[in-house]
Amino acid sequence: MNTPDGYIKITYREALKQALRVSLQKDERVFLMGEDVGRYGGAFAVSKGLLGEFGPDRIMDVPLSESGFTGAGIGAALGGLRPIVELMTVNFSLLAMDQVVNNAATLLHMSGGQLNVPVVIRMSTGLGRQLAAQHSHSWEPIYAHIPGLIVLSAGTHEDARGMLPAALQSPDPVVIFESNSMLNLEAEIPANSGMVDITTAHVKREGKDISIITYGAGVYKAMDAAQILADAGMNPEVIDLRVLRPLDENAVMTSVRKTHRVLLVEEAWGSVNISAELSARIMEQAFYELDAPVQRLGGMEVPIPYPKHLEDACVPQTADIVTRIKKMLQHD
Amino acid sequence: MEAGTLCEWLVSPGSVVKRGDIIAVVETQKGLIDIEVFEEGTIHKLLIKENEKVPVGTLMALIIPAKETTPKTEKRLAEKIQTIRPTPAIQTTAGGMIAAGIKSSFKASPLAKRMASEKNIDLSTVKGSGEGGAITREDVEKALMEKEAGIPVVKPSAVENIRLAVAAAMTRSNREIPHYYLETRVDMSRPLAFLREANKQRTVKQRLLPVVLLIKAVAKALKEVPDLNGYWENGLKLKSEINIGFVVSLRTGGVMIPAIHEADKKTTDELMDSLNDMIPRARAMKLRSSELADSTVTITSLGDENVETVFGVIYPPQVAIVGFGSITEQPWAENEKLDSRPVLRMTLAADHRATDGNTGSRFLMTVKRNLQKPETL
Repeated sequence: MNTPDGYIKITYREALKQALRVSLQKDERVFLMGEDVGRYGGAFAVSKGLLGEFGPDRIMDVPLSESGFTGAGIGAALGGLRPIVELMTVNFSLLAMDQVVNNAATLLHMSGGQLNVPVVIRMSTGLGRQLAAQHSHSWEPIYAHIPGLIVLSAGTHEDARGMLPAALQSPDPVVIFESNSMLNLEAEIPANSGMVDITTAHVKREGKDISIITYGAGVYKAMDAAQILADAGMNPEVIDLRVLRPLDENAVMTSVRKTHRVLLVEEAWGSVNISAELSARIMEQAFYELDAPVQRLGGMEVPIPYPKHLEDACVPQTADIVTRIKKMLQHD
Repeated sequence: MEAGTLCEWLVSPGSVVKRGDIIAVVETQKGLIDIEVFEEGTIHKLLIKENEKVPVGTLMALIIPAKETTPKTEKRLAEKIQTIRPTPAIQTTAGGMIAAGIKSSFKASPLAKRMASEKNIDLSTVKGSGEGGAITREDVEKALMEKEAGIPVVKPSAVENIRLAVAAAMTRSNREIPHYYLETRVDMSRPLAFLREANKQRTVKQRLLPVVLLIKAVAKALKEVPDLNGYWENGLKLKSEINIGFVVSLRTGGVMIPAIHEADKKTTDELMDSLNDMIPRARAMKLRSSELADSTVTITSLGDENVETVFGVIYPPQVAIVGFGSITEQPWAENEKLDSRPVLRMTLAADHRATDGNTGSRFLMTVKRNLQKPETL
């Protein structure tokens, strides 16, 4: 199929790279720091070639010390720069958690409102590359728990390209999650697509029978599931949350008022995840709009296994979404 | 059953009531039911108006207990006051067909409930199409459309209600209960001879029918084989009282099963009185709530001029039903001789989850033995 006029076909990885390039070109204060981002080209080849384009001052390889270099990034932000700190995966980000929670997220409060921390922290998340239990988890909910952070999840190519420039304009710390499993996925996006808003959830597909609410790697799966369900005569709505903190309650409740049924889908472990939070808020704010119990599809609560088929079985897949929704809508 | 309409108060504030008095008549899905009071005292206040429809469990009236006729303060009054509610037994299973027949509560989504209250739709009349039979928005919209289109909401008549109740209970029984069936033949010469003699001493009105011997023989046998007297509710729950539900056919179709309380403790004359009292009331659908709710085992007796054998369908959650056909003249071999005797075919349908054939057999043989000694019944 030919790419329509005005659209380009790119991988998710390429979209992330374009985001970096555009941001580095636009603002001299912006620089990228992270493990292997320079000479190696990034652990997932996202920053490949950027060292040659921008030089070592702006594409900065750092030692394997997440706490140390994240702290340095926060310091640089306090000093007036616009650092992009790349933590290779969310799994390693736990080492930098103290800097993120106790400094980045807290300094505005501790300084009595005097010190904003305009740092952007990117990290990859999720499974899909057979990297086993220490490299494959989806811990977005841990970050979404922390007041003082803005937490974004790039579930589409537009957002892979457009969230970073927007995040760099925020005076406060922003964490961006990028899905490992989508790096090679191609999609067509408007050639001129640029900065996106980082405050709202997006309705990716209008429907009236049920709201599928998801984020990250769940978005395309939900869209595929919605298409299959539409072919079978059902009409689901798909919402990409995009912003995991603060949650766009308005978009969620608007959808609930329209469809009256909700399936929450995410790859993070089922207990105490984003879906749990949303489910509670829907109950608090839209209980009398519900025509069926809110349901969730989450990740299996196990360390992510290495084999491909077990990895696949650990998180909700398109077929799981289809099956669950058929059960919710047809219940025969 | 989840709601009833108060038709009539039979008492007013100040009336003195004692245990067993009928204080109100309530219309339910299966007709009129007399509400009994279980307290002694003075009616203080009636809380429900006549013709008001209220859910089961609603507080109906306040009674000041017998010894507290002059309550000094409202507070004290409140502490001492007894309350009457439509007996919850009505909505549990045993006696009437109501309970097992009509679901005791309906499920509806929050949205459906909200819409129903806004649009003034009675959810108990709406059939749920959602998961587990829950009423959804769609069901309420449908009900609303029908209402607006002026289609009268067809309220099933009492007769139809009973038909539906029987249908639901029997469907559940056949779906859930693995029945086993046993049959034996009883030589009724001796019991019938006993009755002929006994009835000579009685006025026409007092005369005993064979069925009272059957009821008593069953009640006595259940004392020896108690495993058939109980409910299956996640396991066999034996009942201490032997309350025999007696199937009464209605002329309009359907059946009612009033309970004869503690049949084992009643004399044959008392049993006959019970039947004479209950059967006409059952046919007029004027049974007491406790009569509809308490039976622990069922007897179905076809009586004269009917087929010889009946295999019953257990009335859940009970675990047994005893069937008596009509007594007919039959060839009978005994002591190497052939004779003609009045023979009764007696069957047992029992729940195989609760008991095994051996228990059932022991029970039938005990009934048979009891019938051969009618004077002890």
